[in-house]
Amino acid sequence: MSSVSRAAWLYIAAVAVAVAAVVSPRLPGAMHAAMAGTAHPAPAISWWVTLGVLMALFLVCDSTPTQLGARQSAWSPSSSATLAAVVLLGPVGAAMVGAVSVLRPRRKLLLAERVFNGAMYALSGYLAGWAFVALHGAVGLPRIAEFPAILWPFTVAAVVHVLANQGLLWGMLQLIGGDGRPRRRIGLESSLPLLLVSDLGYAALGLVIAALWSLMGPSAAALVLVPLFVARWAMGQFAEQQRAYAATMAALCQAVETKDFYTRGHSDRVSRGSGMIARQIGMRADRAEAIRFAGMLHDVGKLGVPTKVLQKTGVLTEEEYAAIQLHPMRGLEIVREIGFLNEALTGIMHHHERIDGRGYPMGFAGDEIPEFARIIAVADAFDSMTSTRSYRQARRIDDAVDELRKGSGTQFDPALVDAFVAALRRDGWQLPVSPPEPLDREMVTAQDHDDPTAPLRVVETF
Amino acid sequence: MTTRQPAERWASWQALDSGRLLLLAAAGMLVVAGLAQTAAVKVQQPVTAVAFGCLIAFGELLRLSLPGNREAAPIATTGALAYALLLHVAKQDGNVPPHVPALQVIAVTAVGMTLGALPHIAAGRSAGLTGMASRLVAVGFVAFIFRPFATSEVLNAHRNWWIALSAMAVTAALGWLVEAVIGALIRADDLGARFSVALWDEMRVLLPLGAAVGASAVITVFAAEVMGLSELAVFIGPLLVTQVAFRRYAGIRATYLQTVRALARVTEVGGYVESGHSRRVSRLAVAVGQELGMPEHDLLDLEYAALMHDIGQLALPDPIPGGATVLVSAADQRRIAELGSDVIRQAGVLDKVAELVRCQNWPARGHDPEPPVGSRIIRAANAFDDLVGGSTDRDRSAAALERLRLDTAAEYDAGVVEALSEVAGRRLASRL
Repeated sequence: MSSVSRAAWLYIAAVAVAVAAVVSPRLPGAMHAAMAGTAHPAPAISWWVTLGVLMALFLVCDSTPTQLGARQSAWSPSSSATLAAVVLLGPVGAAMVGAVSVLRPRRKLLLAERVFNGAMYALSGYLAGWAFVALHGAVGLPRIAEFPAILWPFTVAAVVHVLANQGLLWGMLQLIGGDGRPRRRIGLESSLPLLLVSDLGYAALGLVIAALWSLMGPSAAALVLVPLFVARWAMGQFAEQQRAYAATMAALCQAVETKDFYTRGHSDRVSRGSGMIARQIGMRADRAEAIRFAGMLHDVGKLGVPTKVLQKTGVLTEEEYAAIQLHPMRGLEIVREIGFLNEALTGIMHHHERIDGRGYPMGFAGDEIPEFARIIAVADAFDSMTSTRSYRQARRIDDAVDELRKGSGTQFDPALVDAFVAALRRDGWQLPVSPPEPLDREMVTAQDHDDPTAPLRVVETF
Repeated sequence: MTTRQPAERWASWQALDSGRLLLLAAAGMLVVAGLAQTAAVKVQQPVTAVAFGCLIAFGELLRLSLPGNREAAPIATTGALAYALLLHVAKQDGNVPPHVPALQVIAVTAVGMTLGALPHIAAGRSAGLTGMASRLVAVGFVAFIFRPFATSEVLNAHRNWWIALSAMAVTAALGWLVEAVIGALIRADDLGARFSVALWDEMRVLLPLGAAVGASAVITVFAAEVMGLSELAVFIGPLLVTQVAFRRYAGIRATYLQTVRALARVTEVGGYVESGHSRRVSRLAVAVGQELGMPEHDLLDLEYAALMHDIGQLALPDPIPGGATVLVSAADQRRIAELGSDVIRQAGVLDKVAELVRCQNWPARGHDPEPPVGSRIIRAANAFDDLVGGSTDRDRSAAALERLRLDTAAEYDAGVVEALSEVAGRRLASRL
């Protein structure tokens, strides 16, 4: 959310006004009920204490949420505080607890974000409370006699809260892209089901907090913090390990590339290009992530090709060509043991197949070629053409696109070429930094096996 | 992670050493006593028993594998612990304090665990007897301590909830300690690690989960006083979320290791080193580290560094003949190590590993600064593997060790070489 468009501001204002409109007329009533002690068996003062403690719990839960994926929502157990407020304080109290999100103690939050978060949590808290009361859930300290009848209104309230929350957030994400530009489509991130389930799970904790409250008062909030913090710790560790993992993978791929001066950064760019195509054709998020890894690893098998073959300038013998043709299999051999890759493996193995069946290693044609491989093939060839090689300068992007179009239907999948070109128009392409002249001792590829405009020359034998 | 090799399963069954047998026997005796007593005296509060039994079975179904190949069943442990610590369970017609004896807790836990383990066995996974036994013993320990006081006036007075809370916290902590000690004993036995180091590792890994399980059990007990048994149905939500968080964490850790293992093989496929070299060196290095009493997080760094110790060779124009780095000049070795270290450092998160790789061929003595222990271990293990390779020949191994010993004045660390010969000796013995 680097900049906030007018539409987004209008949306934020609409949510805020909706909150004010539903909550403010009921505020005096709730205050009065609290003062009179009707909504609460204990003295009026305890209504405010409860509110304060739940607000604090909300802020603690929400202080350092764990970012999951690219989505701007994060995994946070704060819904437990709101739902506890629904039971203990009713709709207005729940809205007030949610509104405290404005004070979220995090830096780098824009005013617009703060206002939106506060309004969103307040509105969804109010709606949950409204649903709870509408289904005859009793507001106040839960009593033994109310169980298990209270479960039904509470469950509905929890579902309403989660849906309202995610719905409002989804609306916001439609208006604001990660880079400030409007997005046409936001794919469902793989983390969304997890977010929904975890929100619901923590909403259930709200009822447990309310029950504990009737036994031990505000200390209930402290007791539930222990498992909450542990869960958050585990989630934080997960995110950290995931980042470490991606970084390690990238570093190791670079190690493979150091063997060849000109192809540095190739796997990283193919990874990005494959990701662009995947997003353009609306691929599911977990598959899109897998293909980024596949793009990263697609040429790992080149390590198994003798350096003198990679560097040869003249015509290749059949044996040498066979050695080059083996590299997808070599790559597969290396990464086969990485359990989660599964579909990515097919992409690595078949990235040199051609739609007309004249590729290698299997000679698959058309739809026989796995989708991952067809995607990588496009990104791979494009990056090769737009990079400088020892025997030619880098091509301009438009020329490379023309070449892709020329190969469309024979070498490449036409639909994927179109998708790539569209993605290119939208996102642009980061060209490799044009390399300075290689040092004498450094290695240079004389022929690029990925370059569709300069096919490898192999001795013809009849 | 998805499929376990059959060979590994064999190994875990064959490893029924005396420590495991003792544990299984103790657990078995508890179960027999629990079932006999419960059958003889009729089940107290049968509905509660069934509800907790179901929770335990469900939790056992959702086992979790933690870093370091540890098995845990947090939801089952929470259920069993809560049942052992149970005070009142709210009923519409007033509270009836449960007179649940400790042996009934054990019986219910055992039945629940067994039911939950059945689908694992049906799916062809290992039954996980050791893990179940250690969890059962820990729960039994808690139950024997706490059950006699569970009906006391002091603990059950609502005004005194904090006394009950403290008592539960202390008992649960003791139970956690029992489980950690059992786990450490078994690991020390399995891996040849020192008990004190193993216990420290065990406590470190189990602390977050143990805290969550203990607090959740206490919450369950208190909330059940107000909500009755419907509490179990509600509380399963947050428990599941916590479990999912842990599962994802453990999953990515496993994937990480798998990936480093796989990618470390690029040097083998490229013909830079002999096939299987990286993996053999890493196994040997980890075994030596354990022998020297290194804690688990250092062992992980050591394993990564040993797997990637030859990665710098990728920058060489052509593979060294035979891949044996001991045979090239010291200056070249050093250059390869630095190149590899630079590659690893680029990841930004493995700086310790990069350091181990960088110092891997510094002489153990006379070098300033001194190389870290991990680097000395990799140096010795690498030299040993270059000389012996995958061979299991006793004479060849002895000759290689002799050669390393001769160089302990300067090149190799004497302690490391001794540990290495211990490990190599044990391996040969186990192969006979």
